[in-house]
Amino acid sequence: MTGVDDQPLGGGGAAPQGDKATKATKATKATKHTKPAVDDGARWREAVRRVTSGGWAVSLGAIILAVLAGSVLIAVTDKGVQEASAYFFSRPGDMLGAIGSAVGNAYAALFRGAVWDFRADDFAGAIRPLTSSLNLATPLIGAGLGVALAFRAGLFNIGGRGQMLAASAAAGWIGFGLEMPWPIHMLVAMIAGVAAGAVWAGIAGLLKAVTGAHEVIVTIMLNYVAFYLLSYLLATPGLLQAPGSSNPKTPPMNKSAIMPDLLGPRYNLHLGFIFALLAVVFVWWLLSRSKLGFEFRAVGVNPAAARVAGIDVPRTTVFVMLIAGGLIGLAGVTQVLGTVTTGFSSDIDAGIGFDAITVALLGRSTPFGVLAAAILFGAFKAGGSVMQASQNVPIEIVLVVQSLIVLFIAAPPLVRAVFRLPQPEVRPARRRRVRRDPKAVTA
Amino acid sequence: MKLELRNITKRFGTLVANDHISLTVEPGEIHCLLGENGAGKSTLMNVLYGLYQADEGEVLLDGVVQHFAGPGDAMAAGIGMVHQHFMLIPVFTVAENVMLGHEKTLSGGRLDLDAARDRVSEIAAQFGFHVDPDSVIEDLPVGVQQRVEIIKALSRDAKVLVFDEPTAVLTPQETDELMAIMRQLKESGAAIVFITHKLREVREVADRITVVRRGAVVGEAEPTSSDAELATMMVGRAVELTVHKDEPKISESVLEVTGLEVRDARGTVLVDDVSFTVRGGEVLVVAGVQGNGQTELAEALVGLQRHTSGSVTLDGTELLGLTVRQILDTGVGFVPEDRSTDGLVGTFTVAENLMLDRTSGPPFVKRGVLQLDALETFATGAVDDFDIRTQGITEPVGRLSGGNQQKVVLARELSKDLRLLVAAQPTRGVDVGSVEFIHKRIVATRDAGVPVVVVSTELDEASGLGDRILVMYRGRVVGIVPSTTPRDVLGLMMAGIPAKGTEAA
Repeated sequence: MTGVDDQPLGGGGAAPQGDKATKATKATKATKHTKPAVDDGARWREAVRRVTSGGWAVSLGAIILAVLAGSVLIAVTDKGVQEASAYFFSRPGDMLGAIGSAVGNAYAALFRGAVWDFRADDFAGAIRPLTSSLNLATPLIGAGLGVALAFRAGLFNIGGRGQMLAASAAAGWIGFGLEMPWPIHMLVAMIAGVAAGAVWAGIAGLLKAVTGAHEVIVTIMLNYVAFYLLSYLLATPGLLQAPGSSNPKTPPMNKSAIMPDLLGPRYNLHLGFIFALLAVVFVWWLLSRSKLGFEFRAVGVNPAAARVAGIDVPRTTVFVMLIAGGLIGLAGVTQVLGTVTTGFSSDIDAGIGFDAITVALLGRSTPFGVLAAAILFGAFKAGGSVMQASQNVPIEIVLVVQSLIVLFIAAPPLVRAVFRLPQPEVRPARRRRVRRDPKAVTA
Repeated sequence: MKLELRNITKRFGTLVANDHISLTVEPGEIHCLLGENGAGKSTLMNVLYGLYQADEGEVLLDGVVQHFAGPGDAMAAGIGMVHQHFMLIPVFTVAENVMLGHEKTLSGGRLDLDAARDRVSEIAAQFGFHVDPDSVIEDLPVGVQQRVEIIKALSRDAKVLVFDEPTAVLTPQETDELMAIMRQLKESGAAIVFITHKLREVREVADRITVVRRGAVVGEAEPTSSDAELATMMVGRAVELTVHKDEPKISESVLEVTGLEVRDARGTVLVDDVSFTVRGGEVLVVAGVQGNGQTELAEALVGLQRHTSGSVTLDGTELLGLTVRQILDTGVGFVPEDRSTDGLVGTFTVAENLMLDRTSGPPFVKRGVLQLDALETFATGAVDDFDIRTQGITEPVGRLSGGNQQKVVLARELSKDLRLLVAAQPTRGVDVGSVEFIHKRIVATRDAGVPVVVVSTELDEASGLGDRILVMYRGRVVGIVPSTTPRDVLGLMMAGIPAKGTEAA
């Protein structure tokens, strides 16, 4: 109903600067490329407006809101606070103090577990939590990249779990079943795992491209297929099950396939983290510098225009899913060759395939955003357990905080309202093209 | 009922879409709101209709201030709107559509269809329409569908009627009929707001004309003003309304289409046995009322239609059956009808859009890697060359005005090594100033010896730009005529009636 043809000037919301530039160019065409004469103050205001109306401000706001909501939960569930609340009206200070100490201690413990252990004796001990955060972030980076890349191409890859399990199975089988020298063994296992993840996601891409099956349904169903297939393989002697055991678990990886620790045996941070960082750079390069990434992005934003521009949309869909699956496969590989090298069972994915969706959302589907979000979530994981152990705060609080972050990100106007952030410019909804039926036209 | 808008201001973020617009429409008057696309006409009407809330100003009916929270309030107060795109349910009958939203029911919740039928017949009789209340909407011609919209508004006792670009989808004859209906409504005492950017219609029917530009009223004009005067007010500077072009210099290259048939997925024939030849150095305009197969024809030429038969040869090479990529890479430029859907990626930068369909090789892609330096050089040049008004080549293209967006598409397509140009509605939704520019560039392409096919629903554009005009009706060629063919003959052809002696042209 809002006229596309009658949008406000500038096709649905030009920046104020844009308006000035347009007016300036109308006056003198020669100055078209010179920056409009805007005083410094206006430029700063414009910069601030861009930052605050952009998505990153919302992400940060969402984290803050979620942490605040988490504080409420910590306070409510804390025994001391509950006791003090019984006599709130006679001595309100007691309850407020109890709240303060409960929340303060909880978040201090979170910090101590995630970043810097200020109770440790030496520097090496103090940075231990940081390395364990990074270790926990490693699979989230790969999987987050996989989900984010699919997002950028307009696909919802909910199949992180299945893709991780497929990758783990392939990498694991090569990891314990074959004999090769290091690092060839490790690399071969890695390649096999990445390829398995790619194939698993590629199935969904192919089905979408050829038959139009929705990737959400297909990837979710493939999660089940992967899970039960892996369960079968793990429970069948001669396949993935450790010989001589009746548990559904693989034997430990061969030494030659294991990703070595980066900082020595004292820390559990392993080479997988470096591979994850390389994957971040790769995805950045892919999206911003390669033809394939350009086509991914075009298909993601406007598949109709991509098709008219000669881009083969179905083929692109398959490629996106292959690469996304490969990245998620990397997460599975770093799990079995780096973190859990003593053999794994069918819960090796540890929910990372789903956390990856959260990570991709929080990272706004950009490679470096995913890196930051994954490290944040890694820190939550590492700190959460310390919080539980030392302060008796249930670790579920951390999960609630994580979930709330996504909830707030999904409702940007809410976050903007709370923090009084400026609204982004309104773009009147585009009207879908109305293709009229020729038979309806008669004179 | 007298409608008054006082100092209406509507902002979107930092953008002022309506800047203190005041407007008075007396009963028994057709008040024309004239302005380019993007001038803020529809925004103003959406404020009037309760779809937007004004930031400042007020709406008065007969001197009483109104507060509309939504279209329901506006309708109840006596405002009716006939939208450019009909708000009808295609599978419902006329009577069902008319009663929709204020259904009367009998005991037990049964719909009182008879009452609705009577109401339709009553209003139709009053204005001399011929509308069968039991026809299903999708079976009706567009002109009749529009009348249903009008009946729908009148059935709610609308005293103020807003027509939002009502002629975009009509044949010239249907347009004339609509004008007659509007005059009748005016006689019966309705206050009518007529939104358009077509100068001819304005001068024909308007009692008063208010011109808006960039969200503000720039003045009133007399219905006796000339097209040039009105256009100057709309654009803010003198505009060349006619296309200047020399006699065609025919070159060797040639596009030959023979027996082309296009079907949709269900097998309905959209383009039926179409044959024509375009030689290098001439412009063939495919004219017709929107939705008669022209779009599908243009898409078939570049491989965007799946179910095709017949033959399309460019300089002897068969194009039919090739992929879009292959066709584009042979040097075919394509300007799609709907640039925001098919021509551009809104969130991409101007530069990225300038290489959107050129990813298959140099200069912008080498061994799978984007050549950003080459792109920057090219984009900077194209922005200059095509006078694209943008903050810079990294600005998202969605922020540009319609005319500048179209220039981006044109710059991309024309800067190829062209062997054929297919442009569908190249000036739709483009400001008058850019229209002039786009026409010049298309004529320049023609003069370079390239065969050019332009799809247009505007008769003025067809006559001005074309060397020959092919008129389509229901997927078939009605005739191919010289561009000097009189307007009324073309109008009849667009309604499917061939002109005498034109079949062989």
